[in-house]
This record gives sequence, structure tokens and C-alpha cells, in this order.
Amino acid sequence: MELAISIITGLMILGALYAIHARDLLSSVIACGIVGYSLVICFLLLKAPDLAIVQIVVDTITLIIMVAVVLDSSREEAFAKLDTQGYVTAATGILMIGVLLYFFINAIQSMDTLGQSTLRMANYYIEGAAQKTGSANLVTGVVFDFRGYDTMGEAVVLVTAVLGVLTILRIKGKK
Amino acid sequence: MTAYVMCFILFLVGLYGVITRRNLIKIAVSLSIMEISTFLFFALIGYIDGGVAPIVDPADPVQTYVDPLPQALVLTAIVIGLATTAMLMAVIIRLYRKYGTFDIREIKNLKG
Amino acid sequence: MKGMTLIVKKTTQLIAGMIFIYGIYVIIHGHLTPGGGFAGGVIIAGSLILVTLAYGGDFMKLVKEEAGTTIVESMATIMVIIIATAGFLFGTKIFFNNWLPKGIVGQLVSAGVLPLYNIFVGTEVAASIFIIFLSLIIFKEESPQ
Repeated sequence: MELAISIITGLMILGALYAIHARDLLSSVIACGIVGYSLVICFLLLKAPDLAIVQIVVDTITLIIMVAVVLDSSREEAFAKLDTQGYVTAATGILMIGVLLYFFINAIQSMDTLGQSTLRMANYYIEGAAQKTGSANLVTGVVFDFRGYDTMGEAVVLVTAVLGVLTILRIKGKK
Repeated sequence: MTAYVMCFILFLVGLYGVITRRNLIKIAVSLSIMEISTFLFFALIGYIDGGVAPIVDPADPVQTYVDPLPQALVLTAIVIGLATTAMLMAVIIRLYRKYGTFDIREIKNLKG
Repeated sequence: MKGMTLIVKKTTQLIAGMIFIYGIYVIIHGHLTPGGGFAGGVIIAGSLILVTLAYGGDFMKLVKEEAGTTIVESMATIMVIIIATAGFLFGTKIFFNNWLPKGIVGQLVSAGVLPLYNIFVGTEVAASIFIIFLSLIIFKEESPQ
């Protein structure tokens, strides 16, 4: 299992590297969509069917919105010569990546290997959850019954994001 | 362990894209890649060897299920990620209509 | 905005209804099979986006659709909060209490208040994504480049 996930993640890294270096903007956006579809395969291998359904449809809708923005513009990234500011930015980026990778490898030394994790709350959520909530789908029981506040917060965040989009894209009021 | 390190390298590729790219669409794509790597990391934490998907079948109960708590956290996070990406795209299209370019350094030099 | 060619219109006529009913099925059986409120909501939004893209529509019709969908979204959010507060009044005084009787695990009418939550959250998610898409189209129609 770990080998399969590592191979698929390696291919996702190649796709992401192409997405940020492509010259044509439409190709870059489509590469981002392909990275999202590869995530669906990873979810199915990790036994999470709920997440796979949501991720497929959400990735398609994100692709539609990005293509709608890119289409009526110049579709090429302007070629920029590297001047001093560009070199300083690239060096800062690589330095930060090195430091973060070193600290991350140190931090996961104390984690168990993939598949043998012993999260303390897992047993409490699984045993008797079907009797306590009455639903056969444990993820729905956790989302709506054990963690109902998070769902209410998510509904409020969606309404706020819609309010933000409606305010930004208004033209009336200029008269 | 290898799977965790590869997932973090995907996050770092996205971070590199946000820091060094000058085009607004590339910045939005890199942000989306960072979110995808976070969802993968959460799903990796909750996996248990030999477990099945967390759906209880009352006819024959199984002993080991995969942990449902990280899946519940990622489920709402995916939909919220869509809403924030859409809001970022709305800001980008407004900027393009006003200044005529996607480049952040030229927008900074123009200043309205 | 203009619609698409004849082949796309005919295919949409055949498929869009099935996608819509599939979304409703995923919402209603949210406590028995994988899926639930969020998955069904985005599937319904996907079918509405498909019909709008394939057939187009003139400007006033899109504005009226957007006004109606904002009302649906607000009503769904208010209903979620009302059901959550109703747990305060019945039984023990806990917010988000599961106050309808839980039946036998595995039947369609079971799990207390959870199917109602699924329906209202699914409606709200579908309306939100459709509003975001419609406002982008209306912006492009109002100020052509």
C-alpha cells in the first residue's frame, strides 16, 4: 500500500512541476485539474469513498471556473528576464524549502509507520457509534452528530464566501 | 514514512510556486496544489492496515474499520476550498479588467 | 449567452435529469451508503451548471434565476439552525441533540434527525455553488470586453 501511494504521489509531483512551469496558461490550469483527479485514486486506495465522490465533482467545477477566467485574456505568461529581485526571491524560496524539509523529517521520526497508527479517539468513535447515532454510515454520524458545530461553521463559511463573490462582481452603482 | 515525505514534497512544490511566480493564475494554481497535499496527508493519517471503509453492515459486523474522524474533517474542507478558490478567481478577473495584465509587478508599479 | 451546438444540447436533454435524480438519491440515503449532504449537493449543482452551459440564456432570465437561488440558500441555512436549536427544547438541554427516535440501524427511516440535516445542508451547498457560477456569467455578460 505504501509503495502504491508513493508512486502515485511521485506522478502528482511531476504534474505539479509542469503546472507551475508551463508557458501556456490553459495547459497549466488543466495540469492542476489532473493532479486533483489523481487524488481521487489515492482516496479510493485509502478506503474513503465519501471523499472520492466529493473530490471528483469539486475538481471538475474548479476546472470550469478557472477556464472561464483564463479564456478571455491573453493566454500566455510573459517571459521575464531574471533580474536581481528574481534571483533573491528564488534563493529565499529554496532556502525555506530546505529548512522546512529538514524539520519535517525530524518531526515524523516519532510517528508510527503507515497503517499502524494508534489514535486514541478512534476506538471511542467506532465502538457503539452505530447504536448511539443510529446511522450505518459512520462518517455521516461523526459529521452531523458528534461534530455538529463544525458542520454549522462550514455552512456559515459557505454563505460568507457567496456574499463575498456577489459583492466583488457587482457593476451597478456606478451611475 | 516514504508516503508522508512525498506528500510534504508536493506541499513544498506548491509553496515554491506561490513564492517565485509572477503570474496571478500560477499563484492560484499553486495554492490549489497546496490544499490537495493537505487533504492527502489527513487521509494518510487515518488509515489502518486491513481495515474496511467505515460503513456498518448490520448483517455481518467487521472488527476493524478505518478511522472516520480525519475523513469527516477533510469532507468539509474540500467544499470550503472550492469556495475560496472561486473567490480568488473573482478578484483576479476584476484585476484583469482594470489593469489589463496578470503580472503582479506591473500592477504594483501602476498603482491605479 | 449563446448555447452550444446541437449535439451537446441533445446529450444534455438525455443525461441532465438522471444526474439530478442521482444527486437526490445520494442525499436521501446519506446515512446508509457513502455520500451524504455534501456529496449530493455538489452533484446537483453539477447538473444545474451543465444545463446552463449547454442551453445558454438571455440576461434577464439569468438575473431572475440568481435572485431566486439566493432566497433558497438563505432559507436552507436558517432551517439548519432551527433544527439545531430545537434540540435545546426537547429532551435534555443540549445543543445539536439528536431528538427524534432512532430506529433500527440500516433502515431508511432511522437515525433520528440526521436525514433532515442531510437534506437541508445538501440544498444549501447546491445553491451556493450555483450562485457563484451564475454571478461569474452575469459579470461577463454585463461588461463584454
